[in-house]
Amino acid sequence: MTQTRLYDLAHARTGDKGNQANISLIAYREKDYPLLVQQVTCERVAQHFGARQPTQVRRYLLPLLGAINFVLEDVLDGGVNDSLNLDMHGKSLSFHLLEMRIDAQETSPDNQETP
Amino acid sequence: METIAVGCGAGFSGDRCDAAPPVVRTLIERGGPAALIFENLAERTLAHQQLARRADPSRGYEPLLLDYLRPVLADCLRHGIAIVGNFGAANPQGAARAIEGLAAELGLPTPRIGIVEGDDLSDPRGRALVRAQLGGDFDETGFVCANAYQGAFEIAQALRAGAQVVVTGRVADPSLALGPAIAHYGWSATDWDALAGATMAGHLLECGAQVSGGYFADPGYKDVPGLEDVGFPIAEIAADGSCIITKASGTGGLVDCRTVKEQLLYEVHDPAAYLTPDVVADITQATVTQLGPHRVRLAGVRGHPRPPTLKALAYFDGGWLGEAEISYAGPNAEARARLAMDVMQRRMGARMPLRFDLIGVLSILGDDGNRLLQALPAGDSRDVRLRVASRHEDVRQIDLLLREVTALWTGGPGGGGGVRTAKRQRLSNRACFIPREQVPARYTLA
Repeated sequence: MTQTRLYDLAHARTGDKGNQANISLIAYREKDYPLLVQQVTCERVAQHFGARQPTQVRRYLLPLLGAINFVLEDVLDGGVNDSLNLDMHGKSLSFHLLEMRIDAQETSPDNQETP
Repeated sequence: METIAVGCGAGFSGDRCDAAPPVVRTLIERGGPAALIFENLAERTLAHQQLARRADPSRGYEPLLLDYLRPVLADCLRHGIAIVGNFGAANPQGAARAIEGLAAELGLPTPRIGIVEGDDLSDPRGRALVRAQLGGDFDETGFVCANAYQGAFEIAQALRAGAQVVVTGRVADPSLALGPAIAHYGWSATDWDALAGATMAGHLLECGAQVSGGYFADPGYKDVPGLEDVGFPIAEIAADGSCIITKASGTGGLVDCRTVKEQLLYEVHDPAAYLTPDVVADITQATVTQLGPHRVRLAGVRGHPRPPTLKALAYFDGGWLGEAEISYAGPNAEARARLAMDVMQRRMGARMPLRFDLIGVLSILGDDGNRLLQALPAGDSRDVRLRVASRHEDVRQIDLLLREVTALWTGGPGGGGGVRTAKRQRLSNRACFIPREQVPARYTLA
């Protein structure tokens, strides 16, 4: 099994609203999108951002765009008005997501996304 | 019917003042109906302008208003390019007078200015509406201001009534671009698909360069030519609401499927329900197609009936933020920075929550609870800057914190230098949703 960084397969952008961050994850190549859908689950994203203690991670699939939109609840220490972080918007979090490693050859059909 | 082109001249308060002229030149070269939008109101910007207006009733609009308009006003008026901006902020009337003054200064005839108002909920009546929604979350003594997000139709009406410039306070950002499209095509309030498509065109425009190569470049992975001269975007909005995104001619930057997709999802939560005052937009069936260099088409956006409520943001006194930094370099620098951190925790930690950053070690991905920093084994970084930050309702406590960090100069670990301190008043906000008939927008011609 080859491990690949998301960074080599996809690009991403963070937006903020209050104490929530959304991070889009967009496949460079159409053929890699199913891999992202299969492996970049809400659970893995929650774990990846564990230090920020998200209370919920939701994900929305946009297959026509080859994109996934993640919404992470309560990860901005209160958001732009309350956070003490230098990056109070969480704008740099997209590149942190791209550090996640996934199994590049995983195609097993029984490894479907969890609800 | 000719397609309308809507260009963007600014994407936030404080955006570059030299971005609009190339956009206007491109709109003129293209010919046909056109508008230029300025989006100058981030969430907090309006509350700061409310405070500015209270200090000086002639202020409270975008401080850079005249810097934005001076280089483009004559060309826009001469070529019939409507200017639409939320640069009215907390004082749209004041902004309109300033624009009239600018026209006079430039020797131009007085422009017809439309003013869209009704968003301000800071008076006793508006405050009561917000209080009714927020209940116990409404902080009576700390209340600063509240504004509702208005939609595009009053902008469109002002344009149809002949306005050459439309000044607004708080409107939903995409509505700035939707307004001129409604005025041009004569869409009704229930043309949901067209409204939704043009709303997403406005969404792509509203952050300025973010769709044309800004907030995107990553050397070797996502290269952007001429980023130092990044061109601002233009949307050619068709009669069905679909659009082609392009950018000002002769500029740097990049418009391709990647930049458009990133911005399409920016600050979106559920892509099936992007809520604005005008429509609920659904981008789950949307497609993004490259038509040529710096030309990308967005199609397939669907619309659903607009929400019965308008979002409003209420602002309250949020106490004070204080932050201070000190640097350590060379052998054992990280250990000395960590010792300074320990000194601060022991002297001040019981008084207020302290956030620590070790710039050069961990300063962005960390959390206000310092959990990630505490979990990180001490390293051997030789170029470290300690940052200490806190919040408190009492500015004297923040002043004490800043003096304590400053005292590390003489009383802290060896070789500490370059202390900088800063404090600022904070505003906290609460969102609520108010039945739209209770917050009617209106427009007037100045």
